[in-house]
Amino acid sequence: MKLFLRWIGAAAGLIAATTLASAQESTGLLVYNAQHVSLTQEWAAQFTKETGIKVTLRNGGDTELGNQIVQEGNKSPADLFLTENSPAISLVDSAGLLAPLDPQTLALVPDAYRPASGRWIGIAARSTVFAYNTTSLKPDDLPKSLLDLADPKWKGRWAASPNGADFQAIVSALLELKGEDVTAKWLKGMKENVKPFQGNNAAMKGVNTGQVEGAVIYHYYYFGDQAKTGENSQKVGLHYFRNQDPGAFVSVSGGGVLASSKKKEQAQAFVTWIVGKGGQSILRTGTSFEYAVGKGEASHPRLPPLVDLMAPLVEATKLNSRKVTELMISAGLL
Amino acid sequence: MTASVQETGHGAGQPRFAVFPSRRPGSVGPGMSGAALLVTLGACLPIGFIVWVAIQSGWPLVWALVFRPRVGELLVNTLLLVAFTLPLCILFSVGLAWITERSNLPGARIWSWLVVAPLAIPAFVHSYAWVSFIPSLNGLFAAVLVSTLAYVPFLYLPVAATLRRLDPSLEEAAASLGHAPLAVFIKVVVPQLRLAICGGGLLVALHLLAEFGLYVMVRFDTFTTAIVAQFQSAYNGPAANMLAGVLALCCFTFLGLEILLRGRERYARVGSGVARSLPAAPLRVWTAPALAFCAGWVALAVGVPIVTLFGWLLHGGTSVWNAGEIAPAVFETLLFAGVGAVLATLSALPIAWLSIRAPGPVQRVIEGLNYAVGSLPGVVVALSLVTITVRIAMPLYQTVVTVLLAYVLLFLPRAIVSLRASLAQAPVELEQAAASLGRSPLNALWTVTVRLAAPGAAAGMALVALGIVNELTATQMLAPNGARTLATAFWAHSSELDYAAAAPYALLMIILSLPLTGLLHAQTRRRAAP
Repeated sequence: MKLFLRWIGAAAGLIAATTLASAQESTGLLVYNAQHVSLTQEWAAQFTKETGIKVTLRNGGDTELGNQIVQEGNKSPADLFLTENSPAISLVDSAGLLAPLDPQTLALVPDAYRPASGRWIGIAARSTVFAYNTTSLKPDDLPKSLLDLADPKWKGRWAASPNGADFQAIVSALLELKGEDVTAKWLKGMKENVKPFQGNNAAMKGVNTGQVEGAVIYHYYYFGDQAKTGENSQKVGLHYFRNQDPGAFVSVSGGGVLASSKKKEQAQAFVTWIVGKGGQSILRTGTSFEYAVGKGEASHPRLPPLVDLMAPLVEATKLNSRKVTELMISAGLL
Repeated sequence: MTASVQETGHGAGQPRFAVFPSRRPGSVGPGMSGAALLVTLGACLPIGFIVWVAIQSGWPLVWALVFRPRVGELLVNTLLLVAFTLPLCILFSVGLAWITERSNLPGARIWSWLVVAPLAIPAFVHSYAWVSFIPSLNGLFAAVLVSTLAYVPFLYLPVAATLRRLDPSLEEAAASLGHAPLAVFIKVVVPQLRLAICGGGLLVALHLLAEFGLYVMVRFDTFTTAIVAQFQSAYNGPAANMLAGVLALCCFTFLGLEILLRGRERYARVGSGVARSLPAAPLRVWTAPALAFCAGWVALAVGVPIVTLFGWLLHGGTSVWNAGEIAPAVFETLLFAGVGAVLATLSALPIAWLSIRAPGPVQRVIEGLNYAVGSLPGVVVALSLVTITVRIAMPLYQTVVTVLLAYVLLFLPRAIVSLRASLAQAPVELEQAAASLGRSPLNALWTVTVRLAAPGAAAGMALVALGIVNELTATQMLAPNGARTLATAFWAHSSELDYAAAAPYALLMIILSLPLTGLLHAQTRRRAAP
């Protein structure tokens, strides 16, 4: 028995030592970050520089982290949640896990980019596009609507990243705009037609190398690559669906403070900083190429103005991520 | 999982000094049994949880989630992958092993090292190299190509070891009875390779089921990639758990198949004296083709990854060597690998001890369970640990403890096999003598047996550490907030298609793995020495 105890003691001691060795001094604010890591890192670094508040990121996908917070419930270690799209943060909000934001913070962003509840706020926005290979598709061949892509004539010709929250947000907009029957039917057609890629970047690269003729992705992948070497987008053109088409959906990235956070004030300060001058100017001058949403804040000059994109009116809080996952599972896409 | 590589030595009659299943140094027995049971209970957690989730979800939901076309697709994909890759791996490994071990190929020793070298390159780095080499590479063909290149060493090692050890008299007898050389090879040599091929083949099959990064990069969906996709879109929902259940069943099927195919024949040489070493077969006019074959293989399996990697490093220049990001990743990786290796060895000790000093039906079940769990992919183990910690063990949630536990579960068999082999060679009489001279049983165990088993334990630790350095899926799902290992940092950069920024991490993983791979190679050769 003594041996048994000693054996357990050795194991426990080792684990304790490792925990100590790997524990950072203090993590500061813990952000569950589903936004692009490079963007949030830029935000966090500048915020820490200005305020001295340390920020640690746990990176993941929208729905992964959203569902994770819901499971963690009020024991969640997270202080803040930043998403790429709104369905995941709506999910957390409807589970009653977000704290109300200060009215002064809310006032920094127009009504269109935040829910009436005031428990989360738009931090950036992105537009759906059809990225196409300019040598294999001419402007006349482009689809008029997102719905066209379920047509058999598009079989094997287009790509998407169905595992990603970005694409799932687009589907949630379709669901909200056209209803369950149309969406289920469209997804079935999509399953026949689509070449699935892991990630929008990979899908765009597939368009560029001619593996597919087009891809349903967000706009900024193209601009980001162009700003770097352009090696993955030389032969890529962007087609905006416009006309309030489901394919013209503009998705709002959300930020919110967890009701269970013990550092609410600091967390609130970070959200305010992101939607204020500091955070929004990083959107304008940085390499993220997402749209700025703060009142009076301009987006990057290379982007077509947001108002020209004729996005459909979709209420962010109505986007239903769980229903979308369900429909995509039954269509065999997940 | 290199476990079975070494285990193959087993059938060939390893010396076992512990002739009598003595429970005599008795008083450590209950402690050891208790510890072994504890480890095994821990090891059964993942399976237990999948079953628990299934029960909780209810039969109709399980039915709807398991019996659907998507699962069929994944099953077909996974089986096709195994059906193409495994025979190719066997073919190439036997060919390469014969050329490097049995022929008079110039520089055979060096070729043998080069054939094993791909083992130091993580599978997802292999495919990273291939997709940047040929950007349009994708689908089943790409998956089979890259997996074959990455996993041949798993079969090559045991096959080469067995070939070195064969008694030439059998082959000579067959030849003297009028068989042509090729017929001798097929009728006499190949059957003797059966254990090595079964063990190595199982290892390759389990890797094919468990690998994530490789298949994502070449856009080939398997169960593992689909589970990760489910996890990313719904966290640990029942859909992911049910896919994990099907995947676990696949693993167990392969485990069972291997036991069936391995058979019960004896391959030990009987008779007095030691077998002569084999004369090398002269290649003559075949020298040039054989050299070309080896060179071609090495060019594909080592050349392509290394050349592309250095291409990216050149392209990235000095700006990708961001010390502020790389140094912590190296630290975390070494910490996880070091501590994980020690913990796995500590956990293996009671199980290995029981299997040598007190074998019996219960002990066999305990050991078998641990191998079964060790065959589970990282994604399955991680998924269950996430669920367990978030639901009932919140204080352990997102802590280093959970990651280490996952490593122990995943790599326990490696530690058990190495430890068992060297415990078997530590005579129980020495321990008894120490006890009779007045040491307490515990003291005798620590000062005599454990010390004698140290080399085996060290080899086991090296194998576990190698596994941890290259582990991606479980680490990604379980790592504490802010922690980044070389593998997860590599993956984060390469998923954003920033291949240049990912290159330093790949290089560092290879540098860390090389000495461990070398050790493995040397060890297999030494064991195989006539």
